[in-house]
Amino acid sequence: MSWKVIDRNQVAADQLGPGLSALTREKIRGFFSRYPTKQACLLPALHIAQDQIGYCSLRAMREIAELLEISPSQVMDVVTFYTHFWTHPKGRKVIVLCRSISCELMGGREVREAIERRLGIGNHETSADGEYSLLMEECLAGCDHAPCMLINERMHKCVRPEDVERILADAKNDQLDIPRSTTYDAGR
Amino acid sequence: MPFEKVLMKNVGVPNSPSLKVYESRGGYEGARIALKMTPDALVELVKKANVRGRGGAGFPAGMKWSFLPKDRTVTYLCVNADESEPPTFCNRVTMEHDPHMLLEGILIAGWATRTTTAYIYMRGEFTEQYHIMQKAVDEAYAAGYFGRNVMGSGYAMDCYIHRGAGAYVCGEETGLIESLEGKRGWPRIKPPFPAIEGAFRKPTVVNNVETLACLPHILTRGVDWWLSIGPAGSHGPKMFCISGPVNRPGCYEAPLGVTVRELIYGDDFARGMRGDKKVKAVSPGGLSMGWLRGDLFPKCPDGQVDPVQDFDELDCRMDFDDVRRYGMLGLGTAALVVVNEDTDLRDVLLNQARFYAHESCGQCTQCREGTGWMYRIAERIHAGAGRKLDLDILCEVTANMGMMPGMSICGLPDGAVFPIRTLVQKFRREFEAAIDRQAPDAAAQRIRSVNPAAYELPIYEGRATRNIRGTMSSDHYSGSQR
Repeated sequence: MSWKVIDRNQVAADQLGPGLSALTREKIRGFFSRYPTKQACLLPALHIAQDQIGYCSLRAMREIAELLEISPSQVMDVVTFYTHFWTHPKGRKVIVLCRSISCELMGGREVREAIERRLGIGNHETSADGEYSLLMEECLAGCDHAPCMLINERMHKCVRPEDVERILADAKNDQLDIPRSTTYDAGR
Repeated sequence: MPFEKVLMKNVGVPNSPSLKVYESRGGYEGARIALKMTPDALVELVKKANVRGRGGAGFPAGMKWSFLPKDRTVTYLCVNADESEPPTFCNRVTMEHDPHMLLEGILIAGWATRTTTAYIYMRGEFTEQYHIMQKAVDEAYAAGYFGRNVMGSGYAMDCYIHRGAGAYVCGEETGLIESLEGKRGWPRIKPPFPAIEGAFRKPTVVNNVETLACLPHILTRGVDWWLSIGPAGSHGPKMFCISGPVNRPGCYEAPLGVTVRELIYGDDFARGMRGDKKVKAVSPGGLSMGWLRGDLFPKCPDGQVDPVQDFDELDCRMDFDDVRRYGMLGLGTAALVVVNEDTDLRDVLLNQARFYAHESCGQCTQCREGTGWMYRIAERIHAGAGRKLDLDILCEVTANMGMMPGMSICGLPDGAVFPIRTLVQKFRREFEAAIDRQAPDAAAQRIRSVNPAAYELPIYEGRATRNIRGTMSSDHYSGSQR
């Protein structure tokens, strides 16, 4: 019987995914002055990293831990708690559909079925062309316009099943028509 | 005296989020008055007005401020803009249409508590609102309302927006503080209360958006104006959100003490039900507060509140005290969701049970397991495999969760208990009728598809029933175990 030495770091390196860019690091450092501890910048840092990479990769988590002087496990602890952080690649646009009580009373389930039929994906899945991911979430605070859904940052209100085709065909369905703040965006 | 809208006076005004429009409509007058007062006098003023927190618990804001230790050097103000309670959206309306009113409130509260830094904890789902708020904060900084020298008074205060990432429990004040510190949003054990040791282990005040938005108006119009609105103990205007199948869902401002019936049928409010349906149930204060019976049921002949009989409960007044007479947890966020007569309440039960099972943070056993258990039972009832016993189990589970029996750190399980308990108790006849309609063998067939691990025992003779009858035998298990 012989022992085979496995370098865990080498194995992990293949699954680490992309890391942070210099501009992103700069952006994260910009938050340091806002809080008395560096750890408090974790949520902004993860938002920014996710904006750059598309999800929270293991390498990004490690690099953020290094940047904020905390352990990587603390970063992962936070990433897995919050529903907005993805640990695997997501589509270019994320459809967040509300499934809370008002939206469901007003026909949210039919909208969900229409989207699933149109894109052929279920909850937490990404379409084959990598364009859309679908995510069911609790209340989006748009109950007066139920049922509502977010496509990235844009809220679509009073969505009916027959509107789904038109909304998804629109290439600019995730663009806001108000001036955006780039504070939480990755450096570009 | 006719009621005058103040919290929503700028909603609908063209370009209302801009500083110029806000200032032209009397903006930052309240802050100017506040900065001329001493912080202690300001706290006394707010205490005198008895401004009860609009976020849910209804704790007086002035009282909260007065708990801060006297010899502090650093104070943080956390603005709770993590509005996750379904179906509440009044804070969204404030931030979308009148962000400067919130900022003025922050300024006043900041001066009263001698805050050094204010953090607006905004939920991650607020995207458009974040950009509007950020622009407003930038404008306010440029105009000298925040920064080293606030409005020339020498007082220094910073204001930042901190974006959350989708967790209901971060709306709890200590959960919010944990999340702000860059950790999981797990509520802390109290005491110490945040006023003594909060964010970054420093004295911290956590106030809701709407509570802060009320402050400028108290300062410009005076305490007497505030006390003249609403019934004793619940003063001031409030933003009521109405959603569901009503003619005009939306956010309406009214004095506290308005009845649920008026909010649903009033011309100034939702203007009745869509298609003239009857109201079967209505949740008056956000989902967590519980359910009232609607006008599908007859009115109580002597006009009394009778929680046992099936009577119409729409005459409940929306203030901090009257809702409790109807078995509600409290006023909550005053967000109504109306369920019409065509809706199956099993859908409602499943939806809310799923919500709490999904949003429980998993820290306390009773909440983590209890919400999941209630979800599985609700799923079973919804799939047509329920038993009447399930309704008793639901009530039993709800009796053993939450802060009230002393089982949890935060109030989330209390919020999970009330809607489920009141729904099951008040509409028990409907659930029982639905269970009676189930085909007996269909239930046996479907039980595995609902939850294969849930019940191996024959469905209509659960363990508890047999215990009561005293006919439990050991061979009963042998046939059903895998």
